[in-house]
Amino acid sequence: MIDEYNPRARRDPFGSKINRDHSPVIASSLPWVTIMLGSLCPMLPIIPPAPLFPPAGFMMLLGWRLVRPGLLPPWAGCLLGAFDDLFSGQPFGCAILLWSLSLLAIEALETRFPWRGFMQDWLVAALLIAAYLVSGAILAGNGSAAERIVALPPQLLLSVLLFPIFGRMVSTLDRFRLRRFRTVR
Amino acid sequence: MAPPANRRPGFSRRAQYSLFTGYVVAALGAVLGAGLLILSLIKPDAFAGLRGAASDVAAPVGETGAVGRTESQGIFEYLAGYIRAGSKNAQLREEMELARIRLAEAQAIEQENKRLKALLALDDGGTPPVARARLIGSTSSSTRRIAYISVGANDGIRVGMPVRSPRGLIGRVLETGAESARVLLLTDGESIVPVRRAKDNVVAFAEGRSDGTLRLRLVNLGINPLQRGDVFVTSGAGGLFQPGVTVAVVSEITKDGAIGRLLSDPAATDFVVVDPIWQPEAVAVANAPPKDPVP
Repeated sequence: MIDEYNPRARRDPFGSKINRDHSPVIASSLPWVTIMLGSLCPMLPIIPPAPLFPPAGFMMLLGWRLVRPGLLPPWAGCLLGAFDDLFSGQPFGCAILLWSLSLLAIEALETRFPWRGFMQDWLVAALLIAAYLVSGAILAGNGSAAERIVALPPQLLLSVLLFPIFGRMVSTLDRFRLRRFRTVR
Repeated sequence: MAPPANRRPGFSRRAQYSLFTGYVVAALGAVLGAGLLILSLIKPDAFAGLRGAASDVAAPVGETGAVGRTESQGIFEYLAGYIRAGSKNAQLREEMELARIRLAEAQAIEQENKRLKALLALDDGGTPPVARARLIGSTSSSTRRIAYISVGANDGIRVGMPVRSPRGLIGRVLETGAESARVLLLTDGESIVPVRRAKDNVVAFAEGRSDGTLRLRLVNLGINPLQRGDVFVTSGAGGLFQPGVTVAVVSEITKDGAIGRLLSDPAATDFVVVDPIWQPEAVAVANAPPKDPVP
């Protein structure tokens, strides 16, 4: 007598393996959409008197780029940065420039240090976040740039500490991205 | 590890070209960004229309969130009220005694004011506000301090109008969309408001420091007469802000003035009022390009 199949035998974390496939729309658009949602964070009802909130759009970009290399093309920073500039309060063009440069910097770093690891990714992200926040403060407009940089450390610390959480968020989203939604006939 | 000399992804021409094109496009994007950045630093309002349209689209979502914020704040305050209720009660009672005395004094002064104004035949001139709005959100991750409000050009909002809460001045309108507007908060590095001390006429400028405080820079230098706890109100100089709206309280004395704390913390504000520009003619004259020098 044949035992009953384990009902989970033909499943993996992405869903049933029979007759199902990834949804190409979600698989290709989810990184872009989630980064844009991060850029929309200024519409959250948080109104601190000093910059405190981590730059969520940029952190999502770093998360996707470091957790899933090869998914975002190097020119993604240009388009996503333009969207971020519409809401971030920085002068228009700031994020286009800095996001493009960050993605190119990661490409250069990856050819020199081709290993992967939690600490290395965190270090790379911390360096890029620090560079992004400081250059953002310098490029923010006229007025005293030194004074704006002095206001940065709390935000910088919070952003660097939160990056692993953004990484986990991205990996959760990535599992969702590759779920088999589509029925193949 | 030294980077490999050969970066080719394989023998596929297509893969090689698309990799190379990706880098070229990314570099071009960076150059484009630098160009746009220089343009918008020279002409800050160059992309105002684009930003206005974008925030118009996103504003309804933000407004829903703002409603939630107001309600959740109430819950937290309600819970916090239970902690140290007894000592707080005694303290409040004492404060109320003092406040009653001050109120009586204020009533006397109000009476006197009315009498003197009648003597001078001055109009009280309480201008009605242009619109009431909700603070939707702010650029909480940028060093620029800009907030979004839920009214725009369709409600009569124009660039430069002062925005205030019941507790004092918040900022002024920087850019308008059709249904939303961006407000330059007082703590932004580019915000300068002419102020005077509430109890006498020590005039100063309140400049934003982008770390949540204001620098109060005295106009007349000399012996610094400021003390901790002095309250500053708008002076009306420049014609933009109505005189007498509270701005900041001195928290620290410096050489040429003081560091002030905001009285109307935008984080604790839900509804704001947009006032008309106090003296539009004066502002128009001040903003007009200089004419040819008189010979």
